[in-house]
Amino acid sequence: MTTDTLLERITDYANRPNPYPLYAELREAGAVRQTDGSYLVGTYADIVALFHDPRISSDRRNLAASYSGLAEQLQQIPFIQRDDPEHHRLRSLAMRPFGPPHSPGRIDAMRGEIARITEELIEAWHGRTRIDIVDDFAYPLPVTVICRLLGVPHQDEPTFRKWSAMIIDSVDIKPGEDPTERQRVGDQARTEMGSYLVDLAEQRRGRPSDDMLAAFVNDTDPAGRLTREELATTAVLLLVAGHETTVNLITNGVLTLLRHPDQLDRLRQHPDLLPNAVEELLRYEPPVHFLTRAPLADVDVAGTTIPKGTPLVLATASANRDPQRFRDPDRFDPTRPDNQHLGFGSGIHSCYGAPLARIEAHIALGALLPHLSTATMLQDPPPYRRSAMLRGPRHLPLEP
Amino acid sequence: MSGDLRKGRIVIVGASVAGLRAAETLRDEGFTGSLTVVGEEPYPPYDRPPLSKQVLLGRVAADATGLPMRRDPHAQWRLGVRATGLDPLGKRVLLADGQWLAYDRLLIATGTRARSWPDAEQAALDGVFTLRTCEDARCLAERLAAGPCRVLVIGGGFTGSEIASVCRERGVEVTVTERGAAPLVGALGGTLSKFAASLQRAHGVDLRCGVTVTALRGNGRFTGAEFSDGSRIEADVCVVALGAVRNVEWLADSGLAACAQGIACDAGCRAFDRYGIVTDDVFVAGDVARFPHPLFDYQMLSLEHWGNAVAQAQVAAHNMVSPGPLRRPHRAVPVFWSSQFGCNIKSVGVPTFSDQVVIAQGSLSDRRLVAVYGYRGRITAAVTINMAKWLEHYQGLIETAAPFPPGPGAADACPLVAEFPVPSNVPDPKGLFHGPTVALTGHLPDQRLAVARLAG
Repeated sequence: MTTDTLLERITDYANRPNPYPLYAELREAGAVRQTDGSYLVGTYADIVALFHDPRISSDRRNLAASYSGLAEQLQQIPFIQRDDPEHHRLRSLAMRPFGPPHSPGRIDAMRGEIARITEELIEAWHGRTRIDIVDDFAYPLPVTVICRLLGVPHQDEPTFRKWSAMIIDSVDIKPGEDPTERQRVGDQARTEMGSYLVDLAEQRRGRPSDDMLAAFVNDTDPAGRLTREELATTAVLLLVAGHETTVNLITNGVLTLLRHPDQLDRLRQHPDLLPNAVEELLRYEPPVHFLTRAPLADVDVAGTTIPKGTPLVLATASANRDPQRFRDPDRFDPTRPDNQHLGFGSGIHSCYGAPLARIEAHIALGALLPHLSTATMLQDPPPYRRSAMLRGPRHLPLEP
Repeated sequence: MSGDLRKGRIVIVGASVAGLRAAETLRDEGFTGSLTVVGEEPYPPYDRPPLSKQVLLGRVAADATGLPMRRDPHAQWRLGVRATGLDPLGKRVLLADGQWLAYDRLLIATGTRARSWPDAEQAALDGVFTLRTCEDARCLAERLAAGPCRVLVIGGGFTGSEIASVCRERGVEVTVTERGAAPLVGALGGTLSKFAASLQRAHGVDLRCGVTVTALRGNGRFTGAEFSDGSRIEADVCVVALGAVRNVEWLADSGLAACAQGIACDAGCRAFDRYGIVTDDVFVAGDVARFPHPLFDYQMLSLEHWGNAVAQAQVAAHNMVSPGPLRRPHRAVPVFWSSQFGCNIKSVGVPTFSDQVVIAQGSLSDRRLVAVYGYRGRITAAVTINMAKWLEHYQGLIETAAPFPPGPGAADACPLVAEFPVPSNVPDPKGLFHGPTVALTGHLPDQRLAVARLAG
């Protein structure tokens, strides 16, 4: 098959259970123009170079008109889709109640709470003959955590779950399909979710509590204020990203451990390997498979000149399996040294929520270890979510 | 051959970061012989960068910066004893306690010490400090915590500037004297040094540039100083931050190419003797090494950088246990960082190896920027202020000798500014009191041969 259909084949739902042979083909091919005009890049060295290249924009409005779709008209542009200095300003403001330098211990302090939520979820399996790791564990855990962290009522989950699905769909890569309608639906969902979250935040104005929405509206530092629109966009980003990715990390983790019983045993005997094992999962089965970028100038990648304004699709999951960077890349090795994976990206946009995701994954997988050795997977490969970008099982049924 | 190299006796002189990383690497590479590490200080290897930052701020105790060991190097540690001589023919190191240590291969990683105030009597005044060891840091931190009225910092290099920053963060009045036109001028050149000066003044530092200290005053206790412009100052603490002196004196009679700028070695970390003949059993790593670098016209480079100490120690250790064809060159691009006055400053390449500089990203007014340095039309260095995540890109440009100035298109480039390089105004290092932490030192292995009559 020709390499200009690689993106179509990778995003084809039929290949969701195992896109990795296609990534190997992609790494051989270099930077290749796809039938939809975009360029697909899959080697570690090329992707890392592009992540650190100041001429590579994260803002879709910098795509040539034929590719940008509705980007010019979109109202809600989160910092993940902006460039410095705006990106830096907004991300720093969002970081104030979340991490260093203003809130260095905030996420670490949630360990106890995350462990309690984890135990409650596992206890609820008692007496059941069949459980779904996704619906009964990997989805509710990060959702409950991000709700408590942001200050969103957990009972509203059915409402924001719908918005979240529309937003995720709007950023997915579907070559050959006009994105206009998906973008319109996604923007609408962002607007509705934004006003819902701003309303929640406004109820806390003048009444500080320990959640992030309250922190955003009660920040006394004049440099620390988000405008209403910025608050809406940022809160939507945190709520969506806070659970749509971690669910994949945990489920992919369980699936990988069940497929590698020797490594599962090893982790049971040496739980101190867990932090390393989570890094290896982020390399081996990352929750996010692609990121998109827009070059602001003609850029050379692997000997190909990519014209300014042409969409760049960076297959970070392919870079994670690049044999030029990782020895024996298709082997799951929880003790792998020098594991600088791209599971959280790299450069200025490297994952904001990474510390939280790591802690959630450590605690979740640590608590599951004793249960997994006796569990039986009922379907392998399991059914996958539609998204090629946020790749992970939709269900993972087990007999506990 | 390679079997033999993994056995025998290896002595490492120097028990700081280069010595430790070399010891670990030797074992990683399968060295099973006897390993002895000699250290002048009585402490196990510890990390120095925090001493002028977290330790002076009182956030970390001076004895809490011990370097984690990645593995037990199974070494005999001879701590608290100095090496005083080397007999390269007899293959043995003389220690201050009179003992001789025999070796088959030797690694010299003796590093540097703080340059002391030239007048010994004035330097002995209570309240006069230098900062290099954890003991220095402990004493100075105690004095800063006691709330002195004013601290005088002599020298506006990285260490001096970091100390001044700590003083201001602690609410202590501080005066900085710098012989050059502005702080950090020796390391970053004239353009960014103006930024450093305005940064210091904005944080309330009493900065005196183009001035030297002519005398320290006091009667037992330090009370103040006199300046070359005729003015005086009252202060109760003085930190002499006049740069580093390489610990090479013990090699004076060794026949090695050891001079004030370090011990010359080849790209594989093997020491040269004074005639420029390379040895095969004496290796050098860390601050005390001078090594040729392909990116800088093969001039001998002297660095005082943590990252270089680690990288060079690993190469040296690998080469000590590997036969010729398997040896590796040390050609890492120099990288260093500093934190001061709320700014993270990070550098890659050699900023002083430049004739022009351009602000390629960000802006001075935001205190977030990338300054890119060029020499004769190619990129040789980049310095970031609070934008370290971009550094990797510029490292790639330096390694590939990409054209200067960098091409247009950076998302956060300041219009116009990014298109106009200006002279980098790198001063002649001879005019600086404290040497820059990175210096190009010519092509000759032994400077004494070139300047044989210039004593001292």
